[in-house]
Amino acid sequence: MSLSISTIINGEPRSIAIDDPRVSLLDLLRERLDLTGTKKGCDRGQCGACTVLVDGRRVNACLTLAVSVDGAEVTTIEGLARGDLLHPVQAAFIEHDGFQCGYCTPGQIMSAIGLIQENHAGSDPERIRELMSGNICRCGAYQGITEAVLEAREAMSEKNRSDAA
Amino acid sequence: MKRFDYIRAASASEAIAASAHPNSVYLAGGTNMLDLMKIGVARPDRVIDISRIEGLSEITWQDDGGVRIGALVRNADLAYDGRFARTFPSVAEALLSGASAQVRNAASVGGNLMQHTRCAYFHDPASACNRRVAGSGCDAREGENRLHAVLGWSEHCIATHPSDFCVPLVAFDANVEVEGPHGSRDIKLWEFYSLPGSTPDHVTALQPGELIVAVKIPAASAAFAPNARYLKLRERTSFAFAVVSCAAALQIDGGMIQSARIALGGVAARPWRCQGAEAALIGVEPGREAFEKAASLALADAHPSGDNAFKIELARRIMVRALTLAMEGTPETMPALPASPFPSESGARHVA
Ligand SMILES: Cc1cc2nc3c(=O)[nH]c(=O)nc-3n(C[C@H](O)[C@H](O)[C@H](O)COP(=O)(O)OP(=O)(O)OC[C@H]3O[C@@H](n4cnc5c(N)ncnc54)[C@H](O)[C@@H]3O)c2cc1C
Ligand code: SF4
Ligand code: FES
Ligand code: FES
Repeated sequence: MSLSISTIINGEPRSIAIDDPRVSLLDLLRERLDLTGTKKGCDRGQCGACTVLVDGRRVNACLTLAVSVDGAEVTTIEGLARGDLLHPVQAAFIEHDGFQCGYCTPGQIMSAIGLIQENHAGSDPERIRELMSGNICRCGAYQGITEAVLEAREAMSEKNRSDAA
Repeated sequence: MKRFDYIRAASASEAIAASAHPNSVYLAGGTNMLDLMKIGVARPDRVIDISRIEGLSEITWQDDGGVRIGALVRNADLAYDGRFARTFPSVAEALLSGASAQVRNAASVGGNLMQHTRCAYFHDPASACNRRVAGSGCDAREGENRLHAVLGWSEHCIATHPSDFCVPLVAFDANVEVEGPHGSRDIKLWEFYSLPGSTPDHVTALQPGELIVAVKIPAASAAFAPNARYLKLRERTSFAFAVVSCAAALQIDGGMIQSARIALGGVAARPWRCQGAEAALIGVEPGREAFEKAASLALADAHPSGDNAFKIELARRIMVRALTLAMEGTPETMPALPASPFPSESGARHVA
């Protein structure tokens, strides 16, 4: 049974034939579309390394069937920068040393973007930590991650203000 | 993962008809089902994707003040719905204490009710497990069973139900609305989960093909909003299942308890309503003495099923504390660490 899905991946409309319904969104991205920025840690929803945005919401790509994103918009770490211009969350992670080995980082960044858009944490570090708890960092870069999220949130709301002006 | 046919249902009736095929399962958010399929515990021939069914994603308020929550409402959307969180704050708190932001964004209300036990032997196809394969035995009895049941278990199965959401729901008399090949019916959530007895493979009251379409909380339960809490003890600060948890809600008038709602999580194969303890609180002054008496009553029938006698005392204490927090009043804003026993006023209190 072959299923065909239409999806927009990082802004680009794609029509993809899925020959096996077992393929997860994570494996579709990594193994078939060569978008290897999204990482596989646990493959069971427990680490957050595979976090992507589906229709703007952060989800675990490992627990999402590829066929189920038919008609949806998917954003991965590869879809953030505009050429050399980094997304504010990417820039803030560099600025604040929000990583060491970098394996969890794409997931942390996608999760942070989801968190900032959801807007339930404000500028409270405790709430940010709690709402980032789905992203595990084996290197323990949490201090820098929290600082990066705080700063990126500021930068993004400033940008929104100046865009609106 | 075993190969399966994938069917996307456009309506509840289409899903129910498709499920007549043997060995079919429903798939909503997939956060539990796909996990179980990956490890070979679930091996369906047909997966019926119900996530696109129209009309199951609404939160509808009834004229009398009760609420009907569509089975496909996402856990996060329910917890952050303003009116819902104000009316049933402890249910929102329980939802936000479960899993991670990513899982809550995908997980549905119906899937949360139907999630399977986290017993490690249930998750390991090489282990004996009566719940997974009827009559095969129970490796948990002589295995790692610190986190297993202390109430309502049998020698055939000592697993617990892992949901947080369902604990305040059962305290608030929630009903499950199901549709099936023979029409629709309502089931009390309290009666929805079977105790293991000699048939632990019978987990819920759902008949073959039946689909959860909504969960309903009656209006009377909204009266507890000013004094309702959920408290959850975990082995780490966040993103962990409950060791034990408690939903507690009080109606206090003139310095006396008029009515109480109490349920425990993590202690049994179903969220455990404590009606005896509730009754013992009526007409008495809220406070430590009354709460300790109620908690002792609630755990009077508890027995360790393995290395877990500590959970009985823990459950007693968490109940006293949840009742105390409920008495003090529902916080104005959701705590930064929902349901946590740690202090969670705003600010950087924990070392990152
Ligand atoms: C890493 C991790 C941590 C977690 N931590 C917690 C936690 O701390 N607390 C907690 O409470 N939960 C926790 N969960 C569990 C999570 O809440 C459930 O996985 C989720 O609620 C399931 O919802 P779903 O829509 O994804 O269900 P699915 O995975 O799609 O389905 C789960 C089951 O429900 C059945 N089903 C789904 N919808 C219906 C319906 N409408 N009618 C009939 N049957 C249906 C499916 O057939 C399947 O058997 C965690 C999960 C993960 C992966
Ligand atoms: S406790 Fe229940 S779920 Fe766990 S191994 Fe025994 S029978 Fe299976
Ligand atoms: S790989 Fe998806 S959560 Fe770990
Ligand atoms: S930077 Fe190494 S795992 Fe997070």
